[in-house]
Amino acid sequence: MNTPSPAVIDPQMARIRTFRLQDMLFHRTTQVFALVVLLALVGILISLTIEAWPSLVKFGPEFLWTNIWSVPDDEYGALAAIYGTVVTSVLALLIAVPISFGIALFLTETCPVWLRRPLGTAIELLAGVPSIVYGIWGLFIFAPLFAEYIQPPLQAWLGDVPVIGGWFAGPPIGVGILTASIVLSLMVIPFIASVMRDVFETVPPVLKESAYGIGCTTWEVVRNIVLPYTRVGVIGGIMLGLGRALGETMAVTFVIGNANRIVGSLFAPGTSIASTLANEFGEADPGLHIASLFALGLILFVLSFVVLAISRWLIARSVGKEGV
Amino acid sequence: MNLYSRRLWTNRIGIALSMFAMALGLVALMWILWTLFSKGFAALSLDLFTQDTPAPGSEGGGLRNAIVGSGLILFFSMLISTPIGILAGIYLAEYGRISKFAAFTRFMTDIMLSAPSIVIGLFVYALFVATTGGFSGWAGSLALALIAIPVVVRTTENMLKLVPPSLREAAFAIGAPRWQVSLKVTLRAVKSGVVTGVLLAMARITGETAPLLFTALNNQFFSTDMGSPMGNLPVVIYQFALSPYDNWVNLAWGGALLIALVVLAVNIGVRIAFRNKDKP
Amino acid sequence: MPDPIVPNGSPAALQIRNLDFYYGDFKGLKNVNIDIAHKKVTAFIGPSGCGKSTLLRTFNRMYDLYPGQRAEGEILFHGKNLLDKKQDVNMVRAKIGMVFQKPTPFPMTIYENIAFGVRLYENMSKAAMDDRVEWALNKAALWGEVKDKLNQSGLSLSGGQQQRLCIARAVAVKPEVVLLDEPTSALDPISTAKVEELINELKSEYTIAIVTHNMQQAARISDFTAFMYLGELIEFNETGTIFMRPGKKQTEDYITGRFG
Repeated sequence: MNTPSPAVIDPQMARIRTFRLQDMLFHRTTQVFALVVLLALVGILISLTIEAWPSLVKFGPEFLWTNIWSVPDDEYGALAAIYGTVVTSVLALLIAVPISFGIALFLTETCPVWLRRPLGTAIELLAGVPSIVYGIWGLFIFAPLFAEYIQPPLQAWLGDVPVIGGWFAGPPIGVGILTASIVLSLMVIPFIASVMRDVFETVPPVLKESAYGIGCTTWEVVRNIVLPYTRVGVIGGIMLGLGRALGETMAVTFVIGNANRIVGSLFAPGTSIASTLANEFGEADPGLHIASLFALGLILFVLSFVVLAISRWLIARSVGKEGV
Repeated sequence: MNLYSRRLWTNRIGIALSMFAMALGLVALMWILWTLFSKGFAALSLDLFTQDTPAPGSEGGGLRNAIVGSGLILFFSMLISTPIGILAGIYLAEYGRISKFAAFTRFMTDIMLSAPSIVIGLFVYALFVATTGGFSGWAGSLALALIAIPVVVRTTENMLKLVPPSLREAAFAIGAPRWQVSLKVTLRAVKSGVVTGVLLAMARITGETAPLLFTALNNQFFSTDMGSPMGNLPVVIYQFALSPYDNWVNLAWGGALLIALVVLAVNIGVRIAFRNKDKP
Repeated sequence: MPDPIVPNGSPAALQIRNLDFYYGDFKGLKNVNIDIAHKKVTAFIGPSGCGKSTLLRTFNRMYDLYPGQRAEGEILFHGKNLLDKKQDVNMVRAKIGMVFQKPTPFPMTIYENIAFGVRLYENMSKAAMDDRVEWALNKAALWGEVKDKLNQSGLSLSGGQQQRLCIARAVAVKPEVVLLDEPTSALDPISTAKVEELINELKSEYTIAIVTHNMQQAARISDFTAFMYLGELIEFNETGTIFMRPGKKQTEDYITGRFG
């Protein structure tokens, strides 16, 4: 069979050449579009750095730990905003993680099967509610109730305890660091609960069944099988929630009180990076003020980048795990 | 027996706590929704859709300019992000297995998925507003597009990965070049899934406030000029909710309800549509 | 190793020489030598994982889609080595069609399912395309069932019809060789019988290589049968000989159902 096939002739070769060219173009075109995301990320870093430059030069690394934010004196330091951001996020997680864990546990282990889907969907839907809704709810509904019914008893109960008492000092005005943390926690609960549920569901049924088979209770199965198996993914989910909380603007800005200072009390008004930006950027004068705001943005971006990178890495490791 | 009953009680307490957490979470979240619906529906009226945002101190007013502005900004941001997101998603699905660059891009896309939106507002301000000399609807669309793109990219990629390998192989097996396999066979097979991704991305950016603060800004008057500052629901809600005027606060609730309804409607609609469709 | 044979002196459409295949480090095919006879049906049988599908997928370089899979050796087609990196895979695949285990209609109309492949390499008028679609559907004995619903989705057909649509699609581009990878394993007995009938008719015009786990099917439809085991070609001969007087103990054991 050495005679060339009559079908293999030039028009087809021409077509093949066209295809090759088109495929090459297709590869490059889609690659360029994928590059857009990367460029945006790098662009954010570069442009924030450029815009923040005057402030970075003027204040140097001390910017990070200086507790001044004075527009009249043109003196800026990020400490108060970083403090507020970190404290509200961490407190929010302290509240949200146990509740999310309970929700995920309920949805995967104890919930009647017919309820799983509707409840799971409800949680997912709540993750989609815009954060500004949480913000105005916090301002109009939660903060007044908090000031009237929760803060006074808390002060009466814990106000005289050494060390801890200081956390609850000050007038009960409703808005403040603690209120922001609570509203923020409500916002991240659906996120963390959804991720936890997803990683809990990666546990092979065989593992759980064999534990139940030797007489373990649900709680023991969760503690000794589910949690160890999904540890990495659970931490990833928590970090994802932390990443969200750090950068959240609207749920925080309404209820944190927007005072650019550090007070030991959790009842006192404070600020976060995002809420400082939301409040001041629109009216900031060109010069050091705006540059310092950009510097805050840069800090926030780097901070959440690190947290999110760790979380994605952990989640990918956990979900990508193959077999048993 | 002692040990056994201790184990039993530990279990009961654990389960009870988890049910308590579920109840607590649901109650808090339902409370938020209930407030939103009762306050929001009280604020709903025809005026909301036919009148523009009121000046300080004046009575009544509506959200017409903000609704139209939000619509325009959303429309153009989806117009920007949909093709970029889909093509980038195709890249990750087609070449993601073999290329380190693609794996790196996927990782970065995941990070952009949850990047602080206010920082994206700052970026667009520095890149666009400061250089072209003004706040504008376009700047707002650009900022929202940057938030929507990663969502579209990842859903497109995930959908494409659901295509059975044999369908791709069958398309390759008749000698089709990769671009045709990709666009005419696999993408078409998951069309509804990709549309879903686009809709979810839209839902995600509908309520985004922070990135619009320094880009689209706001406009008290009705305008369809994308080249100038433009009224939009999230920023109006933000400003009105913090105002001392009762009618403004009312409008803020009405606006928040509108946004939440759009977001919930898209999310629920997508879920229903998907449940009835056979997965590819 | 058996010498490559072309029983009865039939001319070979494909000549496989010293073919090794690797999934990463795992060697899936070991020094396979075989000729696929021109316009005959060659069946590949053997237990699961013996490499019969792997071998079939080297003929149209399907493995190219997956990093980590590679083939070494020669597959001669019109005197050219298909495995040559310079050989264009699209061209190979246009000449060597393939039908898969599960029906794989494209997400488009029945008409477009056929026309899509034809349009890739041929420019033709609408009328000529209509003719070609009808011709291909006739070849696959499907025309009568679908001629009134050419604009419906290919996914609306039954499983057996979908598989015949896939055969029509493969035939429509006028390939020289058609590869069938367990084409009836997902079908009911009636559809299976129709597809087998079809294969019998197609062999007058096409070279056919079929992988099947069903020995009766191999016996019914093939001219030559190759028995594979653990990545090696154990025995290759005329189908009658393989089933009546197998030359190797392993072949006999497999055919008589002693393992597999």
